[in-house]
Amino acid sequence: MATRLQFENSCEVGVFSKLTNAYCLVAIGGSENFYSTFESELADVIPVVKTSISGTRIIGRLCAGNKNGLLLPHNTTDQELQHLRNSLPDSVVVQRIEERLSALGNCIACNDHVALTHTDLDRETEEMIADVLGVEVFRQTIAGNILVGSYCAFSNRGGLVHPHTSIEDLDELSTLLQVPLVAGTVNRGSEVIAAGLTVNDWTAFCGSDTTATELSVIDNVFKLREAQPSAIVDEMRKSLIDSYV
Amino acid sequence: MAFQEAGMFTVHQTVGSVLCCKCGILMQPNAANMCAKCLRSEVDITEGLQKHVTIIHCPECDTYLQPPRTWIKAQLESKELLTFCVKRLKNLNKVRLVHAEFIWTEPHSKRIKVRLRVQKEVLNGAILEQAYIVEYVVQDQMCDSCTRVQANPDQWVAAVQLRQHVSHRRSFFYLEQLILKHDAAARCIRIRQMDQGIDFFFGNRSHAVKFVDFLGKVVPVRSRSDKQLVSHDPKSNNYNYKYTFSVEICPICREDLICLPPKVAVSLGNLGPLVICTKISNSIALIDPFTLRQCFLDADQYWRSSFKSLLSSRQLVEYIVLDVEPISSEVMVGGSRYVLADAQVARVSDFGKNDTMFSVRTHLGHLLNPGDYALGYDLYGANNNDIELDKYRGFVLPEVVLIKKSYEEKRQKKRGKPRSWKLKTLNMEVDQTAAKGKDHEEKMNSEYEQFLRDLEENPELRFNISLYRNKEYEPSMASVTDGEDVPGVALDELLADLDLSDEGDEEEDEGESMRE
Repeated sequence: MATRLQFENSCEVGVFSKLTNAYCLVAIGGSENFYSTFESELADVIPVVKTSISGTRIIGRLCAGNKNGLLLPHNTTDQELQHLRNSLPDSVVVQRIEERLSALGNCIACNDHVALTHTDLDRETEEMIADVLGVEVFRQTIAGNILVGSYCAFSNRGGLVHPHTSIEDLDELSTLLQVPLVAGTVNRGSEVIAAGLTVNDWTAFCGSDTTATELSVIDNVFKLREAQPSAIVDEMRKSLIDSYV
Repeated sequence: MAFQEAGMFTVHQTVGSVLCCKCGILMQPNAANMCAKCLRSEVDITEGLQKHVTIIHCPECDTYLQPPRTWIKAQLESKELLTFCVKRLKNLNKVRLVHAEFIWTEPHSKRIKVRLRVQKEVLNGAILEQAYIVEYVVQDQMCDSCTRVQANPDQWVAAVQLRQHVSHRRSFFYLEQLILKHDAAARCIRIRQMDQGIDFFFGNRSHAVKFVDFLGKVVPVRSRSDKQLVSHDPKSNNYNYKYTFSVEICPICREDLICLPPKVAVSLGNLGPLVICTKISNSIALIDPFTLRQCFLDADQYWRSSFKSLLSSRQLVEYIVLDVEPISSEVMVGGSRYVLADAQVARVSDFGKNDTMFSVRTHLGHLLNPGDYALGYDLYGANNNDIELDKYRGFVLPEVVLIKKSYEEKRQKKRGKPRSWKLKTLNMEVDQTAAKGKDHEEKMNSEYEQFLRDLEENPELRFNISLYRNKEYEPSMASVTDGEDVPGVALDELLADLDLSDEGDEEEDEGESMRE
């Protein structure tokens, strides 16, 4: 089940956090609430790391990563890089890349196997993405938008894309990603999906404006109800109900 | 589209569907990603628009006040009223108005309801359309002019005193028809018939000025204006005046015999000096009956020398034509035909008593035949004491100047029968103070009858005025006579009177009764 939260009265939680299957990055904020929400949800599974990137809090838009690695823009400071290397598990490769387009989170959307990228990224960056994140890279647009990282969010189980995406585009994208995709919105009709939502294979966090309808769409497409922590309980309940009936 | 034109392959795009973010209904994605119902519940685009407005209405003249002080005439449920109502709404520029219509309300309720349909952009580019009702409360308040009329209907600001110093009212009968035709006295508060003229009263100086201008265009006039200070407020620099325009029409009338002053005669190329006035418009048309020379005098030229007529149409004497001998072929002078002829005539009054006959030269050779009756000035019997005439030494006066053919004999048969046409009349008050008697009334009636006959005989005169069909007139077969008939008015010249209400009829009746 997705969690609704706010970062200092902003519903764009995807901007201030980065959630993967192996770690979670959280921006340093004035209030501890935002961090605590992540902490309470994830603490016993993956590390939740407070950090800034190149001195800013908009870490979700600046970095791209999955369980294999983390890509940081060229203006990341050495201390931040060092801090992240120290905090993240050893299996995660942290790499700073020399890419002109420094908002990597806006330009790259990825799960653990596939990445969609901005069409204008360098060849070297593309190779770097493939090497560090261990993914296949596709240069794509979503509903005519080149900022693929902003307008879609997907995990290994499903994905949510810009509401104006045509059915043909949806088919093409889901063939590339090998996960089911749905066009939808977050934060009461906002089409900037990745800004309002951050997701991994078993949990999702979205802005507090998100309506129940949107929440149920997110739950369904990312298959969060049968997600890991509660999956066992669900299985059990199924058998219980079976026996009850 | 550009790709397709360039012959490039493009993938067909099918618009998908998303769930409305509020109610979860399946819909096409839009800018707000919300279905229309939810969007409407979310935002009210009519917020901040006026829904109750008070408008001010003058119950007397049925006009509405457009602030600051324009009054607009509009019927209920009319296009003008709708425009007015919509214009009265503030903040309507923040939305786009797509439709407006009246909702019927009882007129006595003093409420006007208008349903408006507006569009506005909401929530990142989605355009929402919404209908709402505006209620106008109609408050009655009289407009300035109606208040003034209610307080004292005779309150006038400007008066036009129209005068002509002649012994008959013929010019005023004609002028009345011209005024009616051009609706020149529409703004008149009151019209009053005076001795030797008419007074027109106006509520506004500019209306009077306009009327004086109109008079200057149809008759040769001379006017002067005066004003009298009624009240003033020096602190706010307000001055109230009463304006009076004195307008004098030149005393020369159609068919008058004139002896031109020597100076005028010389300036017109030695015309005359005995001339006949053939037409009065804004200029005076003169013709010399002995040479068929014609000339025009405009108002300026006339008032410079301002001569009077020697003899006027009341002094016309009836003659019988004994013989006519044309001495020229037909000549067109100023749009009418004339033939110069020598005629032998005798006064009808002398006929059978003595053998007095006159040999005259006349311009009516084309009309007169032996045995016809004609009207002319009897200079032989007249006792002239005209200063201008005395200035011409050795000038031999002709004995008779024929003016027109007379149809008196033929007319005898038609006496008492109604005409097939009638004229409208101005609603004039008669000045009761002047000493009037039965004489005066009779004189007026005979002059009016004479005017009507003139109209019948003279198509040129009819040209500028409107004749109306007389509904009471029934054409009788007996009126068909052999030979030359009295000139009349053809049916196709007449206008059908437009009767919209009984009021018009009453007015007309009043006008007629006033004359009788």
